[in-house]
Amino acid sequence: MPHRTFISFIWPSALAMMLFIALPIISVAIQSLYIQHEQVIETVKNCGPFGCTESVVVNVEATEKIRAEQPLGRFNALGTYTNRNHLAFAEIAAAWKASANWSGFFAAITNLPFYKALFFTLSYTLVVTPLVILLGFFVALAVNRLPSIFKGPTIFFSLLPMIVTPLIGSLILFWMIDAKGIIGGSLQLLFDDPDLSLKASPTLTWITLFVYGVWHHAPFAFVVFYAGLQTVPKDILESAMIDGANRWQQIRHVVIPHLIPLGVFIALIQLMDNFRVFEPIVGFNASASATSLSWIIYNDLRTGDGTTLFGSAAATSMLTILGVAILLAPVLIRAWRANQRMA
Amino acid sequence: MNMRIVIAAASLAVLSSTAHAGCGINAGSVRIGGNDFPAIQAVSGAAKACDGGGVTVSVDLNKDHKDRQVAALTANPAEFTTSIINNSALVALMNDGLAQPLDDLIAKHGKDLQAMQKVTIDGKVMAVAFMANAQHLFYRKDILDKAGVGVPSTYEEVLAAAKAIKDKGLMDYPIAGTYSGWNLGLEFINMYHGHGGEFFKSGSAEPSVNNAKGVATLKMMKALTAYMNPDFLTYDSNAVQADWEAGNVALTNLWGSRAGAVTDGEGSTAEIESNTMFASAPTVAGQSIPATTLWWDGFAIAKNASGADAEATFITMMNGISPEMAAANVDAAPWLIKGAVPQPTDAGVLASAQGGAKPYPMLPYMGAMHSAASAEIVDFLQGKESAEQALADLEAAYIAAAKEKGFL
Repeated sequence: MPHRTFISFIWPSALAMMLFIALPIISVAIQSLYIQHEQVIETVKNCGPFGCTESVVVNVEATEKIRAEQPLGRFNALGTYTNRNHLAFAEIAAAWKASANWSGFFAAITNLPFYKALFFTLSYTLVVTPLVILLGFFVALAVNRLPSIFKGPTIFFSLLPMIVTPLIGSLILFWMIDAKGIIGGSLQLLFDDPDLSLKASPTLTWITLFVYGVWHHAPFAFVVFYAGLQTVPKDILESAMIDGANRWQQIRHVVIPHLIPLGVFIALIQLMDNFRVFEPIVGFNASASATSLSWIIYNDLRTGDGTTLFGSAAATSMLTILGVAILLAPVLIRAWRANQRMA
Repeated sequence: MNMRIVIAAASLAVLSSTAHAGCGINAGSVRIGGNDFPAIQAVSGAAKACDGGGVTVSVDLNKDHKDRQVAALTANPAEFTTSIINNSALVALMNDGLAQPLDDLIAKHGKDLQAMQKVTIDGKVMAVAFMANAQHLFYRKDILDKAGVGVPSTYEEVLAAAKAIKDKGLMDYPIAGTYSGWNLGLEFINMYHGHGGEFFKSGSAEPSVNNAKGVATLKMMKALTAYMNPDFLTYDSNAVQADWEAGNVALTNLWGSRAGAVTDGEGSTAEIESNTMFASAPTVAGQSIPATTLWWDGFAIAKNASGADAEATFITMMNGISPEMAAANVDAAPWLIKGAVPQPTDAGVLASAQGGAKPYPMLPYMGAMHSAASAEIVDFLQGKESAEQALADLEAAYIAAAKEKGFL
């Protein structure tokens, strides 16, 4: 393709990506290096329905003046990144000195909000992604064997978890696993333990979130694999049959190698999606037991009592982007090498 | 022919609406934003009656109002000309200078206001309060009688009563509490006040909760959770109200503004409702003041509203909080409005106030302390760390946030 044609095709999307992806990321990166100005505080008399007290307020005029001079705030370099609520270098160093063994050190680290969230986010990503791929693959194989009149309805119902809005899906499951809900109640009967509650213990909450994640994402893997199965070359399958390969051997040596590029594609998308896990934590009201990186960003931004932490949210966002990049690197490098080999 | 009738009817409608609506305002746009619960629905409903005849009144209530009001009032012109707020939410507006002084408007249009309704900061009236609120004790008289215990007035008695109820097999989880997210932070603040604790070193924004009173506060909260549904960390006010109305709970520390809702003849049985009683929030650890914080709800007017809109808004809101509105909605809240008579549902809030409960602190950095408390004491309640460690975490999380906000 001549360069001219290429550019005329690509410029609208390049411009949109520039405006809506690159510029916001740059703005967030700059934001993360700044914190708010020092507040000018003064003591005043404060009266209300419950009597008068001496209290302090922010002197708005003085604060406005400082703000007008330096609208971005105080330059803090990487201070926000290294403080206790993010990478917490000082706290880690202190924990290293104070703890006698590895488990003490590990407990001290997972007590810090960023690492606690990172630990859950990584566990979620690494548990849910492979299970989604496996489950999606087997559902696709099963559906592919169905007589054709059942195929349409089965595909529709298998896709439902993906069609349901994540927040609604997690809320429905949240009510079902309640001690008085159908799943929660049945589990209590099954294990003969009236105090069993999926919402109470952190471990069970984690497992619930993992199960929800697999349930919600498996249809995506299924639909991609199912499309891939339609392209498996019939002649190779037939020659495998003639050579005496049983059904498992056909899948192992013909189908799976054919579908590997699709598997890589699903892994990429799922790693990215799962690393940004957020809605189920809100839907399941699970922030006491499980927090993710996206959830801490949301928490920094939504605190309405005058404590919105833009710098902190920006720093966590940049760290999340870095995390996604690190996670995707092996898959991307593999894909690039394969590309080189083909070229 | 038909067309003529339509036009005649329409012009009649316009005429009649100018005759009755408008509350004597000629022009202006009134945009009310607020939290969503019955008392505020009553106020905004009465204010909405001023709509028409040159003035437009719109109402937008949302339970997450506190999270959107700063952004809404920062816009110029402001998205809402008035924000319905409480002591904590007013601080968020004051921190950014988003509310305007109301002294002139009160002199012109606010003659009926009582002195205590005027929230004065540094000599200027910044908000008009119309109701009081506080978390206080709700108890089931029939269950306490069956268990053979009196109405608890201290948290130690609450624990003893819960034990008696559980031992007699009357209920599995006799206590409920609002222990999720922001509510959990407030429960800590209430209990710490009850222990006589101070949140900050005198005259500064330095935290001072990691002390013996803080530890005692956490231990009491943990002792209470032993009698709560194991899912207690997911309970907000709505969940507690539902559990109460289902008859699963005999003792809780819930908002005064829910007292009307649990005795309104809906969502519960007559037996439960007739035995639902209200008392002052309990005291704790031999201290004299109830372990709760007093709140008021009121309205502030946006600084970024034009003079005409601000005046129209003030007159509209004065109609919203009229004595007639309070008389028509006696059970909705403990009104601070002139002529309002205390109702049985107000007993808990009034008793807590008379007992000397402190108002929720109106400090610019209290929000950061509250957020840190909400997040950091969970590990202790789950048994994953010691009380001292949780309080150290709380202080560290607060310090990081306060530094970023420029308070330290």
